[in-house]
Amino acid sequence: MFYVSVFFQYMAQYMKTKLQYRADLFVEFLSDLMFQSVNLIFILVVFGHTTLLHGWTRDEMIFIYGFFLVPFALFGAFFNIWDFNERYIVRGEMDRVLTRPVHSLFQIILERMELESLVGGVTGMIIMGYASARLHLEFHWYDFFLFLLFALGGMLVYAGVFISLATISFWSDARSSIMPMMYNISNYGRYPIDIYNRVIRYILTWILPFAFVGVYPSAYFLGKKEWYGYAFLTPVIGLVFFMIAVMLWNKGVKRYRGAGN
Amino acid sequence: MDKYFEMIRIRFLMMLAYRTNYYTGILIYCINIGAYYFLWSAIYNGKSAIQGMSIEQMTTYVAVSWMARAFYFNNIDREIAMEIKEGKVAVELIRPYSYLGMKTMQGLGEGVFRLFFLSFPGLIITSLLFPLHFSSDIRTWGYFALSIMLSFVINSQLNLLAGVVTFFTLNNEGLLRAKRFVIDLFSGLILPISFYPHWAQEVMKYFPFQAISYIPSMIFTESFRGQAVINGLLFQLVWSIILLFPLQLLWKVAKKRLVVQGG
Repeated sequence: MFYVSVFFQYMAQYMKTKLQYRADLFVEFLSDLMFQSVNLIFILVVFGHTTLLHGWTRDEMIFIYGFFLVPFALFGAFFNIWDFNERYIVRGEMDRVLTRPVHSLFQIILERMELESLVGGVTGMIIMGYASARLHLEFHWYDFFLFLLFALGGMLVYAGVFISLATISFWSDARSSIMPMMYNISNYGRYPIDIYNRVIRYILTWILPFAFVGVYPSAYFLGKKEWYGYAFLTPVIGLVFFMIAVMLWNKGVKRYRGAGN
Repeated sequence: MDKYFEMIRIRFLMMLAYRTNYYTGILIYCINIGAYYFLWSAIYNGKSAIQGMSIEQMTTYVAVSWMARAFYFNNIDREIAMEIKEGKVAVELIRPYSYLGMKTMQGLGEGVFRLFFLSFPGLIITSLLFPLHFSSDIRTWGYFALSIMLSFVINSQLNLLAGVVTFFTLNNEGLLRAKRFVIDLFSGLILPISFYPHWAQEVMKYFPFQAISYIPSMIFTESFRGQAVINGLLFQLVWSIILLFPLQLLWKVAKKRLVVQGG
């Protein structure tokens, strides 16, 4: 209960500071929208030259991309830890975090919240709406809850992988470019998994499970029965990877010695 | 002239000190090229050619576009915006060189560094991973070298333009992002211009963006032949001259109305 109330208080403060600079906020929304449209334009242009991509139609590809945007936006809004090493370890901010009455990871999530990323989720839902209208998809009442579950699962997959990477800083405070590398790998999850070769498919499913952010859960809503098993694994994989990350985090915090004075 | 050469050298050495960052840079580029390789393979799916390009040419196109990007890409627009914000620009302006020239030379120093430490090793690695086709015609390589030089010039001019606008708006994050978006999409990095619908291609003829990535990559993959190569190079040359005018004009006005923030 305490965590929930702290969470909402941080959120309220965040909104107050952001709404001070409305013009900046507007520019940010607009540019996010532009970058999200790049991939959409890619798909639209490419399907001017082909009708099927390994059995996936244009609108199915668009749907996958739309779905991908939702967990990605959630991740972007709440797990801003790509600069954890520089911000917290090198500058010694971690010392302060450890004195706070909530779990250190939770404290960092609160401090680094970026709610404006959630707009990407809205864009994603609009894109999905467009695609499902064209595909004449039928939804049941429980699909809404499954959607929430899958989106959260996808977010946890992302969070799990990136938090695990951030914990490397506890053992070695050298700067590394592994985060941007992982970011680029995660883009593979936006496209149908069967276009890749077997090795990459295996990696994207079990080792760096980014396929669970886009294509697997979308397959359920698109009625692709052969992928249902994977689709329902989404929340499980998310939880497992997130729990591994938290475990690594707790281990790392024990080792943490502080830098600077 | 000597002092500008010195700037290239210093930037090169500065980058050299942090070269380990670039080994992962190569990996990142390979990852990106890989994603597009699989996508394009799925798109071709047995088709021998789309818009006159074979799958082999397309893979080479993707690889060479990314590797060329390492050369022409720079952040001088952001650097200028930053120096204006911090007031450093005042000191720069009283130094005995052209500010914009200095920025360009720094960009060139970075570009040359990345050419040797990212593009060349990267291209060798990607050619081992993916089926690329390198031309055996020495002229193609010559035209390509000329073409990426012009890419660098045009991309830098656009960056300088965007940077100089900061003199007027003081905070132009929005413009910088919009510029990146337009260049991502219309330079030909993610899609060859010839794949766009006809009307879009017509519109893009009137903009300099395809000179940045599309033309050199088409030359390299020999998708442009004969007259098309010459036309492409002329297109680049003409734009690199045209862009000088707004740049000079803006720069003149900008210097007059410079407001140093907190400097």
